[in-house]
Amino acid sequence: MRLSGTVWKYGDDINTDVIFPGKYTYTITDPVEMGEHALEDLDPNFRLLVQPGDVIVAGKNFGCGSSREQAVLCLLARQVGAIIAKSFARIYYRNCINNALPAIICPEAAEALEHGDRVEIHLEAGEIRSSTGVFTFPPLPETIMAIFEAGGLIPYTRRKLGIER
Amino acid sequence: MGHTFAEKVLARKAGLPRVEAGQIVDVSPDVALSHDNTASIAETFRQIGVMRLARPDIHVVVLDHACPAPSTTHARNHKLIRQFVREQAIKHFYDVGYGICHQVLAEEGFAVPGALIVGADSHTTTAGAFGAFATGIGRSEMAVVMALASIWLRVPESLKIVVHGRLREGVTSKDLALHVIGHLGAEGGNYRSVEWHGEGIAALDMEARMVIANMMAEMGAKTAFIPPDEVTFAWLKTRARQPYEPIYPDPDACYERVIEYDATTVEPVVAMPHTVDNVVPVREVAGTRIDQAFLGTCTNGRLSDLAMAARVLEGRKVAPGVRLIVIPASRRVYLDALDAGYLRTFVEAGALVESPGCGPCMGNHLGIPAEGEVVVSAANRNFQGRMGTRDSRIYLASPLVVAASAIAGAILHPDDL
Repeated sequence: MRLSGTVWKYGDDINTDVIFPGKYTYTITDPVEMGEHALEDLDPNFRLLVQPGDVIVAGKNFGCGSSREQAVLCLLARQVGAIIAKSFARIYYRNCINNALPAIICPEAAEALEHGDRVEIHLEAGEIRSSTGVFTFPPLPETIMAIFEAGGLIPYTRRKLGIER
Repeated sequence: MGHTFAEKVLARKAGLPRVEAGQIVDVSPDVALSHDNTASIAETFRQIGVMRLARPDIHVVVLDHACPAPSTTHARNHKLIRQFVREQAIKHFYDVGYGICHQVLAEEGFAVPGALIVGADSHTTTAGAFGAFATGIGRSEMAVVMALASIWLRVPESLKIVVHGRLREGVTSKDLALHVIGHLGAEGGNYRSVEWHGEGIAALDMEARMVIANMMAEMGAKTAFIPPDEVTFAWLKTRARQPYEPIYPDPDACYERVIEYDATTVEPVVAMPHTVDNVVPVREVAGTRIDQAFLGTCTNGRLSDLAMAARVLEGRKVAPGVRLIVIPASRRVYLDALDAGYLRTFVEAGALVESPGCGPCMGNHLGIPAEGEVVVSAANRNFQGRMGTRDSRIYLASPLVVAASAIAGAILHPDDL
């Protein structure tokens, strides 16, 4: 799987409250509407200017805080291609895999890439290319790759149970 | 080489003689907790294409995040959940007013030593205070637990925190938790099982231990563990729903890191906006003017928290222009606080006492700050916009500091009142 897009760069400890505010968690159920609030309390420009395929690059502990899955869904609604970070908070990382949003742990790329850079990501090869350089990351473990390849945990589970749509 | 708590409990649950950190195991949870997010989880569950829950008996559903419903949309959400609970014959359903889900798990005896608890809420770690392996998961994962009654978990590496000595008078387990998070950082326990040992922990009552386990979510922990002892067993005696078998780490278990603290040197602290690891001694920010003080939540809304705040507020008044909002963590806590006279003390001091639930913690209702306002809160998160307003500032503190600050109208060390 190959992705390419423009970098939106943020810092450390970006928490789920600034990605998708808690006050919307029980009132907004439509993914498109979720996307309208993506990163609302972090960067008001994001939802106005983000393009399909764009990549979020951040520091350590991306997605810390609440387990709310909308913090992943709202980015998918805006067709974010991937998130590259120095590290991810545990539940957020699982939520990304379970919704097939590439969450790439690559401290070197997270450090070097700048806002507005163009990047190309080759998931299977574990490679990120930009004008700054080429960065590598380890491929996902087999169990996790299988969920990712199925398109997320729900299609993966359906497949496992032999349920056709 | 021996094994940690996490390795031992997950080996038992996976039916394996031993597992090592890093291994992925398939396990069946004993308890699966969800709350106001159950309608959304039910929707995802239906997408799987399975008609019935695999194990309705393991599910516990508690309405707490916006209770009673503050809007038609919230009310609709609750209604969908009630329908789903009926349709799937989920016995363990706690409607609005019972209390906050983590408190209900404890009071109703679901949180027992050695249990595997998954919850669609990050603060599920709270049950680690009872020696359970309790971890937060996402909504999709909970939908799959509904369908399969199983989940994959990576066996986490473990940190061992040893607390020597005892906390001084006027210093609470919230101060200890914030002190440690300030030291290790908001990512200090990410993916880890964090075990708490030592005299400083053994000396704490059950409620104070729950504060520690609860706050471990703020360090990114997968689970927290406090070794069950006589204090735990006494709590469980009248509450445990099923027989349990405690699991303890081996004395020669392999930890990623062992960190030692001296409880006698911990002092009252606050976490300044906008991160929980931005921790300083209270006196460094004393005098910071506040608009609202909030006592409650799954962190500090229990009887002992209300008791310590009531002692500070007895015979005193909340400062003019300041709102003090008190929300007991459960109906049980509400009743006990009523009997003990604490609620009268709060109301006479000028506080607003609201019905059990999460209240304004994540910005749903019952005390949303205005732009530019400052809140001192006994909750666990102070992220920007957490309480519903981006341009407000939240300081996290113990119930004692919250009460003292409400009286002073500014952040204050309780000893300086």
